[in-house]
Amino acid sequence: MSELFSNFFSGSIPMEAYLGISLIMFFAGVYGFLTRKSLLMILISIELMLNAADINFVTFNRYLYPERLEGFYFTLFTIAIAACETAVAIAIIINIYRNLNSVEVGNLDQMKE
Amino acid sequence: MQYTLLILVLPLLSFIVLGLVDSKWKPKVAGTIGTIVLGIITALSYYTAFEYFTLHKVAGVYEKVIVYDMEWLRFTDALHINLGILLDPISVMMLVVISTISFMVNIYSLSYMDGEKGFQRYYAFLSLFTFSMLGLVVATNIFQMYIFWELVGVSSFLLIGFYYTKPSAVAAAKKAFIVTRFADLFFLIGILILSFYTKTFDFTILTAEHTTVFAGTTGITFMGFSVLSWAMAGIFIGGAGKSAMFPLQIWLPDAMEGPTPVSALIHAATMVVAGVFLVARFFPVYYFQTPEVLHGIAYVGAFTALFAAVIACVQTDIKRVLAFSTISQIAFMMVALGVSGYEGHEGTGYMASMFHLFTHAMFKALLFLGAGSVIHAVHSNEIKDMGGLRKYLPITNWTFLIACLAIAGIPPFSGFFSKDEILSASYEFSPFIGGLMTFVAALTAFYMFRLYYSIFWGKDYTIKASSHGHDDHGAGHTPHESPFAMAFPLIFLAAVTCVAGFIPFGEFVSSTGADYHIHINLTVAIVSVVVASISILIATMMYRKQSTTPDKLAKIFSGLYKGASNRFYIDEVYMFITKNIVFNNISRPIAWFDRHVIDATMDGFANTTQWVSLRIKGFQSGQLQQYAYVFLFGTLLIAVLLFIF
Amino acid sequence: MAEQIIFYVLAVIITVFSILAVTSKQIIRSATYLLFVLLGTAGLYLLLGFSYLFAVQIAVYAGGIMVIFIFAILLTNRPGENVKSELPIRRLVALVTSVAGLAFCGHIIYWNVKKVIQLPLMEELTPQKLGHIMMGTDKYQYLLPFEMISILLLACIVGAIMVARRR
Repeated sequence: MSELFSNFFSGSIPMEAYLGISLIMFFAGVYGFLTRKSLLMILISIELMLNAADINFVTFNRYLYPERLEGFYFTLFTIAIAACETAVAIAIIINIYRNLNSVEVGNLDQMKE
Repeated sequence: MQYTLLILVLPLLSFIVLGLVDSKWKPKVAGTIGTIVLGIITALSYYTAFEYFTLHKVAGVYEKVIVYDMEWLRFTDALHINLGILLDPISVMMLVVISTISFMVNIYSLSYMDGEKGFQRYYAFLSLFTFSMLGLVVATNIFQMYIFWELVGVSSFLLIGFYYTKPSAVAAAKKAFIVTRFADLFFLIGILILSFYTKTFDFTILTAEHTTVFAGTTGITFMGFSVLSWAMAGIFIGGAGKSAMFPLQIWLPDAMEGPTPVSALIHAATMVVAGVFLVARFFPVYYFQTPEVLHGIAYVGAFTALFAAVIACVQTDIKRVLAFSTISQIAFMMVALGVSGYEGHEGTGYMASMFHLFTHAMFKALLFLGAGSVIHAVHSNEIKDMGGLRKYLPITNWTFLIACLAIAGIPPFSGFFSKDEILSASYEFSPFIGGLMTFVAALTAFYMFRLYYSIFWGKDYTIKASSHGHDDHGAGHTPHESPFAMAFPLIFLAAVTCVAGFIPFGEFVSSTGADYHIHINLTVAIVSVVVASISILIATMMYRKQSTTPDKLAKIFSGLYKGASNRFYIDEVYMFITKNIVFNNISRPIAWFDRHVIDATMDGFANTTQWVSLRIKGFQSGQLQQYAYVFLFGTLLIAVLLFIF
Repeated sequence: MAEQIIFYVLAVIITVFSILAVTSKQIIRSATYLLFVLLGTAGLYLLLGFSYLFAVQIAVYAGGIMVIFIFAILLTNRPGENVKSELPIRRLVALVTSVAGLAFCGHIIYWNVKKVIQLPLMEELTPQKLGHIMMGTDKYQYLLPFEMISILLLACIVGAIMVARRR
């Protein structure tokens, strides 16, 4: 039993493990995006998905092209953009809250007309 | 004479400025600006007249001077529309008339319209009207004339409907506009036929003495008359609409709903003579090419003159009496044109018509302004509310009397001279028309003095108890003479009326442009003066003191009286034709077709589209998460398909 | 050994808190769980040798974005109010969709991605080196994206203020 554990822990970490984590994180985000009503929850889900993408970039960069840094920089810029996006999105959400007194996505269907 | 352009530009500018600032400026400022601009225009017009009549005489004939002529729209080589300024004796004469009357009315309105809501708007419209009327008379071609003709119609519409909160004023404005517009349709058709065959719009070409432009029309006939006759008749109908000839006269009496100075300017002195001016402008064409139409004009004019004069005898609204009198007098001018020859002594009619236009403009404007002054004093249009006003309104009384004498044709006032020329021209054409005209002249003298005595003599003016509480100028106080701004135009026009007859008018305006010496036909003159005097005498006996004679007469001729006071039911006939025949038999079916066939087809498209879109609009719910579902399913589906294949 | 243990601990933290973050009834808890996920991600970066990214992740995400989130939550939520969810049937559909997507992508990763077991060696990333790459204009250097991001950030700041300010 302990041998099994030691084997499991002593081998190096495969790339699929990282990808698997990011996959779970991403689909958790998708699930949240589809089920939650609050705009803030939707934003949280989006952050999850973005983060999952970041992990993928970094992982591919590190495992497949260790001599270069494209994935690294891409992630860096993505974090910056995520910050922008969150700031604007929250500004919009606060404005919506002021006007409609709610942040439920179901109320925001005026644009269809 | 480049400065003549200013005559057109200034009133337009004044209209734009006054129209734009509207109530931003104080009424006094707007009124003063409008009046000053008109003053400048008047001065320019007088100077133009002076310069034209002193400088542009070639071999004893006043030539046509084209000061400006620029191409405005070019469709093809043959079809192009020019705008310009044409000066010839009649247009210069019209410039003087229009600017003078307009100036007087502007001064008069300063006081008359004082305190009215929309004072600035009123002055803007006055400027617009002056602009369009001046543009009309100096037009170099028919199309320019037509453009300004319509502008005149619009400004007349705006001014009649000035009190747009009053339903009767709105109705009158609509009526005036629709009736004249209906006539203008024929005008346009006439223009199109004429220019189609002659390939030109230009007056100088069309009215040249030995022109060949009509060669293309020979032999082309339609229903027994040449196309040229149809064209010229159409043009005359346009003129008849504006000049309120029978049977298109119905709008003019109603147009009296407008402010009184407007009636003086538009519906007495300037716009309504546009038709006469139009016929005069085309006179050579009428005379040489289509004499039958010209004779038709004479008969229409003669009938209208009689018809309107009879009605004027029994009307009780003083402005309406003046309106019918205007119709009658304009008909006089039409008759004069209709009976006129071309050259020399033959051309008396033409000259007389223009002369009468000139003198009539002055004394009719005076009559209207005087009526305005009376209305201002007693706040009513009805004769029964007046009487014995001579003590209260001395200036109005005297000027009104002068105008009445002038219109009745009593020497030495201006009307005598012009009317006498018309009568003698009529007698030369046919004794029947001459006799008819003399009779109408007698009627004119009668109804004018009936009006005069009813207003200023007759029963003593009784000061009514104040029933119009809302009006602080209302009844219940002694009528008082108008302020100076209103009295001045009266005095000025009265002075003009006194002396205008002695203008050697024939030296300035004649059909050929050559000098023509007015010589009074003594027989005609004496007869007409005697007849007029007798009429005045009858009117004096009947109306100077309160008497029962008029009522008795009305009973004896009850049929005629009733018909005349109802204007011979012409309006009812129109209503019958439009409502029962045109609306029921033509408009209704068309409307039905429009609604049930054309509209229904379009509705069908719309309904189908709506039906389809109702079915598919569920896709566009506006729900973000629903879109996300669709997107995700789609992506997954495509990915799986790509993976499998 | 230690690396492996740390990795699996992080993996469990990320997985559990991801799912908790999207299923929690209270939004403030969701935000907290999200914070844990972000911290776990930062740990993964460190594990992969990108210590600079680790710092950025913590500073920007955990430090900056989370603060905004919490402010927004406090501004728009009445205390103690639970966040409404979709109907159960829709939740089921969403769950099925997500799991289907997860299975599909997992299948692809497991069967189609080149197996890399060993973490390759990488020279140390000093901030100096990163700065040179960021500021350079050669190939594989990123001055232009850097400048674009700067402008984007500025635009976002102005935009956010414009949108959110009270009229």
